[in-house]
Amino acid sequence: MYVAVKGGEAAIRNAHKLLADRRRGDRSVPAIRLDQIVEQLALGVDRVMAEGSLYDAELAALAVKQARGDMIEAIFLVRAYRTTLPRFGYTKPVETGRMAIERRISATFKDLPGGQLLGPTFDYTHRLLDPELADDAPVEAADRRIETAEQTPRVTDILSHDGMIEADGELPEGSETGDLTREPLSFPLERDLRLQALARGDEGFLLGLAYSTQRGYARSHPFAGEIRIGEVEVELDVAELDFPLTLGRIRVTECQMVNQFKGSSKQPPQFTRGYGLVFGQSERKSMSMALCDRALRARELGEDITAAAQDEEFVISHSDNVQSTGFVEHLKLPHYVDFQAELDLVRRMRAEHERASQTSDTQEAAE
Amino acid sequence: MSNETLEATPKHGGSDDGRKAAMALLAQATAQEMQQFWAQWNEKPGVETLRGPETGLVMIRGRIGGGGAPFNLGEATVTRATVRLDNGAVGHAYALGRQGEKVRLAAVFDALWQETAQRQAVENMVLAPIAQRLNDSLEGKRAETAATKVDFFTMVRGDD
Repeated sequence: MYVAVKGGEAAIRNAHKLLADRRRGDRSVPAIRLDQIVEQLALGVDRVMAEGSLYDAELAALAVKQARGDMIEAIFLVRAYRTTLPRFGYTKPVETGRMAIERRISATFKDLPGGQLLGPTFDYTHRLLDPELADDAPVEAADRRIETAEQTPRVTDILSHDGMIEADGELPEGSETGDLTREPLSFPLERDLRLQALARGDEGFLLGLAYSTQRGYARSHPFAGEIRIGEVEVELDVAELDFPLTLGRIRVTECQMVNQFKGSSKQPPQFTRGYGLVFGQSERKSMSMALCDRALRARELGEDITAAAQDEEFVISHSDNVQSTGFVEHLKLPHYVDFQAELDLVRRMRAEHERASQTSDTQEAAE
Repeated sequence: MSNETLEATPKHGGSDDGRKAAMALLAQATAQEMQQFWAQWNEKPGVETLRGPETGLVMIRGRIGGGGAPFNLGEATVTRATVRLDNGAVGHAYALGRQGEKVRLAAVFDALWQETAQRQAVENMVLAPIAQRLNDSLEGKRAETAATKVDFFTMVRGDD
């Protein structure tokens, strides 16, 4: 017999009303506006776009506000929203080589063409809290330096001229680009699907795994070959026009990790690569993604799979924070009947245990 | 709307490159710009909206290693619209984001651009100011980034 227990409607209604009240907080403090979130909490917005896997800064800001700053809740809201919209198509691949660069550094070549462009970075700050930011002190405009535009070729292209590094990743002839939002994942995966999963994966989870590879679990001797942040053009082929349409520009962060590789009987020694590409300005995430991408290529490169970061099923199945939080947090939902059954089972086991020990006590006494 | 209507787009005199560039600028206009340019437009034609404005998604693709096989990076919101002017010219517009009215007006200007008699006015009054703003913004960002370029120098120690 199954008995549904009803109730709680009023409690839930009032809980949500309380949530709305607490979200607004002290009414004497002005409510935060979406443009303030977009402009001043931009990297938080970027993270919600990256892991929500939906590029729309205003929606991400709304999600951050609605979630009271809880990033994973905000990402969840964005993921839920995207399911309500039709898909118009797949864009042409963005050309990161033609990026309007806002930051570009290489840890492998000091004097690379185009130079080291630090851009708006936290690097080299002293990580001292700045009390001036507590008030709305005026902020100086950034300095400008007018110079002729220089080409900024990819470091990996420079290295590839003498065969020192493997080419950009190709997939087997005739393979179609996988889309995990359309087809459930089935392991083993091709690299394209892994990259899609990593691009929307949880920054913290991927960061931890990336760190583990540096500490010796699947060591791959990485160098940050190049990191570039900037805007790329998005183009779409549409049925009604016979040329690709420019939809606008998006900001992305790209990381080219360069890793050591001994070579094999078939291949001469050369550098291998890991790749990271993330919506918005997110250096940490793109570096973590590139390190994980490289570690997950163990099978392809004939390396021993000894560490968690190399285990494709482990990494990809647990990298999505919406899935992870869904399953962890579902434990909050009523499990009354399950638990009653377990309670009953433990009672019976304990009774048996007691009987058994009494019997053995009697036997010991008799001996 | 049916495919027949879409295919009924009249052939325009300009090259695809010209229209592609025009549509790229219209896509990157702000909602405010579109409204302002439309308000300033003389002899507004009658406009029938054939499709939208409607918002959907595109899956944005990247390439493995930057130049290799494509992979799906993530989605973006896109809004599109198709309009027909009272002289029969059909205009399309697609742009990132969810700004319906901006995209509808972009489709109107796309239709106007296709008419040889109107093209120059669209170029001057609409496209040129958008191009100017985008270029200024790009140049400004480039100069700000250039100011953060590292100028390495070598410290020479000792006399010889």
